[in-house]
Amino acid sequence: MTATGSPPPPVQPQLRALAETFVPEIAGSDPNEWREVLGIIDQALGRQTHAVRRQLLLFAGVLDWLPVLRHGRRFRSLDPERRLRFLQALQDSRLVLLRRGVWGLRTLTFMGYYARPAAYSEIDYGAHPDGWERP
Amino acid sequence: MIERSYDVVIVGSGAGGGTVAAELVPLVADGRRVLLLEQGARLEPAEFTGREIEMADALYEEGGAVLTGDGTMTLALGRTYGGSTSVYTGTSLVVPERVIRSWAVPDLEYEDVRSRSAKYAAQNNVHLLPPEEINENNRLFVEGCTGIGLVAEQFPVNVKGCRGSSLCNLGCPNQAKQGTDRVQLPAAERGGVEIVTRAEVVRVEERALVVRVRSTREGDKGGPSEWAPGEYRVKAGIVVVAGGSIGSSALLLRSRLPAELRRLGEGFTCHPAHILVAEHPSEITNDVGHPKSFYLDRAEQEGYVLETCMYFPFVTAKNLTGFGPDHSRLMRAFRRLQMILVLACDRAVPGNRITVDRAGRPVVHYRFTPQVVTALVQATRTSARIFFAAGAERVHAPSANPPLLEARDAERVNALIDERHFLPGKISVSAAHLMGGCGMGSGPRDSVTDAWGRVHGLPWLRVADSSLFVDALQINPYLTVMALADRVAEKIRYEAADLLDGWQAGDTGAPDAV
Repeated sequence: MTATGSPPPPVQPQLRALAETFVPEIAGSDPNEWREVLGIIDQALGRQTHAVRRQLLLFAGVLDWLPVLRHGRRFRSLDPERRLRFLQALQDSRLVLLRRGVWGLRTLTFMGYYARPAAYSEIDYGAHPDGWERP
Repeated sequence: MIERSYDVVIVGSGAGGGTVAAELVPLVADGRRVLLLEQGARLEPAEFTGREIEMADALYEEGGAVLTGDGTMTLALGRTYGGSTSVYTGTSLVVPERVIRSWAVPDLEYEDVRSRSAKYAAQNNVHLLPPEEINENNRLFVEGCTGIGLVAEQFPVNVKGCRGSSLCNLGCPNQAKQGTDRVQLPAAERGGVEIVTRAEVVRVEERALVVRVRSTREGDKGGPSEWAPGEYRVKAGIVVVAGGSIGSSALLLRSRLPAELRRLGEGFTCHPAHILVAEHPSEITNDVGHPKSFYLDRAEQEGYVLETCMYFPFVTAKNLTGFGPDHSRLMRAFRRLQMILVLACDRAVPGNRITVDRAGRPVVHYRFTPQVVTALVQATRTSARIFFAAGAERVHAPSANPPLLEARDAERVNALIDERHFLPGKISVSAAHLMGGCGMGSGPRDSVTDAWGRVHGLPWLRVADSSLFVDALQINPYLTVMALADRVAEKIRYEAADLLDGWQAGDTGAPDAV
């Protein structure tokens, strides 16, 4: 992913599919909003070690192909309900590695989406330095 | 490498380092040179914006989300002028007597810890907020506790001029919180202690430290370091390590000191916690007012503590289990959310410890013991009852599957919230009370330091932070850290003449190329 433009083409569809499953509202984002989301994610990834970054991106790639075994289609090609059920099954997996992977990707997506000032107003979050005297 | 020389060098500016710095002002008055090194930056008041990611990046190590070795828990460590005291909520409790007694550290008496805690409670303006400053998120907690027959207690907090921004954990934008950044560090600087920010201590050598001073990067918050960027070798008659449980342990581990410190890094505890959320039918005041005004102490009976809390959008989203439409609906009910922080009182056990990797970076090894899982699950059940008793119509319980419980489920919380649903890696668990690693005791076989923070076998080296704790404190740790740091400073003052006899901090402060 990149903070300065659209994600590279091979990455974009799978990440988009994952992000829209974690936060359905993200599907309605325009290119500028996507760029903002991805910029925050990019920064967060930059703070992680190379190994963690590599694991997360590799895991995102694996997630795209895993459904082929069961549904005969890649994750990006599943309908929203199947995507959701697939990821929910993984987060309840017996393998901590799979649970952690889903947790990491969802957490990055939440950061990208909910750390934007625009999201504050979407969810009506109003904390303000002026506290009780806020406008 | 540039050389400098001081009589005393303190590493870290949080509750421990800041306290030691202020308490060593009398040494400065006696002509000694005292230096404090802080890895983080010093921010201007206007830089505290309350915006979640930018403040987390500026004030915390790794944005407040340091992962444990197996990736199943995130740890929050302050990294700024004032350390974690600039990012906590100011809650200030005196450690229970039973905890200090259970530590069984020779020469550490409860009464001494209590009286020193009282000293800092007074110094840092610890008091109870008046009822009119308590928001509904807190009041509902009290009501809910009362409703199920439990008694919530009010947190004493160290604020002055609190405007109720609710942004404590992102650094108070009104500088109301009286952490070391507001009280002890300014006093130390006024008294002649030199403070250098953006200064990372690479390792400790025999009466010296290797220090890397970083330059500011574009977009960084905070001013430049007081020293020019570069590598320094700082000679020190006495070194006081106060970089927090993880920072201090890792620093000493990678320093390969000439002493046998077999217990170094061991005894790590952290009060593993998660955030519980409940949805009320109508809006409540939650994102305004002091966020953490009440608690329920069940440590002695059931091994957990519940605290009121209110977090920011991303942290809240992260801490809700799951994702998708249900998660989104809950996030969009933000104004109607009540929150409780659940903390397990973990115990020091073999295996939960701090090590360093080949690059010298800390690695925290932590597994959730069955006792911790039981405590978190039981705490979640109690919280669910409190939420419903307070009028919530829906409760999000991470240890339930599915995690959303409706009001009609109120009688079945024991069955629905269950240990089998506590899946590490799925459930968000975080910790901010990082303790142990340089524990106190009687000798090198059982500890790293004595009761005065003196590292066994190295009289010039002291530890003054939460790494001294022998086991979990079972309450918020800051006042106890300050009390122990006060003891460390006192012993240094008494011993300074002997320790520094023949020692000369002869440097003028000018950079001398070697």
